[in-house]
Amino acid sequence: MLNSRLRSIIRKEFIQILRDPRTLAISLFIPIMQLFLLGYAATSDVRNIPMAVWDQNRTPASRALLDAFRAADYFRIAYDVGSEAELRTLIEMGRARVGLLIPADYDLRFLDGTAQVAMVLDGSDPTVGSTALSAAQLIGQAHATRILNERMQRAGATFSLQPPLEVRTQVWYNPDLVSAYFMIPGVIGMILYAITSMLTATAIVRERERGTIEQLIVTPIRSWELMVGKILPYVILALLDTLEVLAIGHWWFGVPVRGSLALLLALSGLLLLSGLGIGLYASTIANTQQEAMLISWMTLLPGIFLSGFFFPLEAMPKVLQWVSYAIPLRYYLIIIRAILLKGVGAAAIQNEIIALAVFGVAIMGAAALHFRKRLD
Amino acid sequence: MDTNWPIRVSDLHKSFGAIHAVDGISLRVAAGEIFGLVGSDGAGKTTTLRLLVGALWPDAGEIAIAGYDMSRQAEQARAHLGYLSQRFSLYEDLTVLENIRFFAEVRGLSTGEWLPRSMEILDFVGLAEFKDRRAGQLSGGMKQKLGLATALVHRPRILLLDEPTTGVDPVTRQDFWQLIIRLLNPDAEDGVAVVISTPYMDEAARCNRIGFMRAGRFLLEGPPSALCATLEGRILELRGQPLRLLRRIAGQDEDVEDARAFGDRLHLRVREKRMKAVLRRLPRRIRAGGGSLDDLRQVPPTLEDVFIDLSEDVL
Repeated sequence: MLNSRLRSIIRKEFIQILRDPRTLAISLFIPIMQLFLLGYAATSDVRNIPMAVWDQNRTPASRALLDAFRAADYFRIAYDVGSEAELRTLIEMGRARVGLLIPADYDLRFLDGTAQVAMVLDGSDPTVGSTALSAAQLIGQAHATRILNERMQRAGATFSLQPPLEVRTQVWYNPDLVSAYFMIPGVIGMILYAITSMLTATAIVRERERGTIEQLIVTPIRSWELMVGKILPYVILALLDTLEVLAIGHWWFGVPVRGSLALLLALSGLLLLSGLGIGLYASTIANTQQEAMLISWMTLLPGIFLSGFFFPLEAMPKVLQWVSYAIPLRYYLIIIRAILLKGVGAAAIQNEIIALAVFGVAIMGAAALHFRKRLD
Repeated sequence: MDTNWPIRVSDLHKSFGAIHAVDGISLRVAAGEIFGLVGSDGAGKTTTLRLLVGALWPDAGEIAIAGYDMSRQAEQARAHLGYLSQRFSLYEDLTVLENIRFFAEVRGLSTGEWLPRSMEILDFVGLAEFKDRRAGQLSGGMKQKLGLATALVHRPRILLLDEPTTGVDPVTRQDFWQLIIRLLNPDAEDGVAVVISTPYMDEAARCNRIGFMRAGRFLLEGPPSALCATLEGRILELRGQPLRLLRRIAGQDEDVEDARAFGDRLHLRVREKRMKAVLRRLPRRIRAGGGSLDDLRQVPPTLEDVFIDLSEDVL
């Protein structure tokens, strides 16, 4: 299938990749770095929120409430303060995210059933704030119910009080709601998309920048051979990156691979078409490697934000949701999360597969038509 | 296929915006012939060569290379084409041999052919012992020879060279021309047709035919001797001291069209049939002006004289 001209271009390209250890290292290590950064740092899991407590009551009753907070690992009682001013300072400095005020008459009013505690929340980070809010409410309610039941038992009741309704939740696919399971498939998609488009754009523009394109033009190399020959080595590099990130994601972060690996790799190839197409197109416009980098970044960055990588698409304004339909990475992220976490087959994600294929062929086709083996 | 004229170009035009880089060039080059595109920077030499190899698309005109129409059969034509661009345009991160191998293979030399042929051509240009050196580590002259070697590896019938000796030391320039002349083989059937662009008149003089280019056109075209003959009997050589004074005095003479320094002497271009008058009165005027005259005599015109003459005509 490979003719000798194509083989020569591919071999030349590989020699050049291997002779440039810096680029090679970057393209192999950047994905790992991104994976660890996003796998650990970009977590939306909220745990161990630092809490400052002003316990004005200091009785067994108030200590029991604090124990209930300690028992749930959402909060960490980091500071025991003696005044409201002190508490305010800690929250202002960011040392504590949450402040709990137990009034002096807590245990007395507890007996009346009118006890109140105040909770102060730092809302500057909405993720932490909202998690802390609902966690605090739940802990308070559970604690109150337990104490109520204890009292009734002591009073000789033979039944215990139960709320008339209970929502029993069942989390599928990612029962512990680990962020990494969500992030790592995203990282794979982003790497495939970004690395291929940037590497191909710069690889082709480099020939123009260094003037070697002039010598290539004069050879009988066909336009498509030049295109395919320049691209193929980077496809292989991108697939290596994919396997590398997938392996680390699976064995280090414990991301499950429930569906077919072969299907995933095949569909990754479809995403590559889009990434390569963007890179190829950027290379036909740009005159220098920096320009090529910039152009591909400018198309990649909004694409990544609108793909559902970091933020759920459902929460976006309608207009942005429509725009997201034009972003190939969006479909790939749905596909890869479905295959890895849900273990679905091709039938469940056929619409996304079709969309990804259409975009890949369209972008690649447009770029190929725009690609000329000429200087003007 | 027209074997008599490996290169045939008629009425070629190419504009970049409002600039007519090539404005009506017609050209035929025979096998075994060196054609020189001569002109200063911006005359349209590089654009002409880039049109010939199909790197640029002409606005109008026809190009046939080895009998193939460049607009329709460019790849067939390119199989017979060797081209050396003005800038070194090989891969600096590949070795000498890897560069040649790449360009040999993409031009269809098979696995068994490329190595003996590459060594043969490296031997020819004198780079055999540097075959494993990275191209980026070669000197300027060696880079140009490597460029020539890769342009020749597939035994092209047509060789296009864009200012191959610009920025190369004089010894290497000599070597380079010897290589080109050895290639030509004008008596054999398979002689190479060469088009070379150059700003140097001494190189232009080595060509079989030259075309003086200016603003995308040929001002004059023909063998160097014929071009020089147009100024026969009109060039005087003047030696003396001080040169600046002599130049001013000579320039004021009513029959001297141009006085220009050529190293330690002056070349004067004299109006037609006024040679004797100038020879008679100029020594007198120089002495009266306080200069000292060593020698004043008629010399055969050089291409540089022709070039200067042409440049002024247009102005």
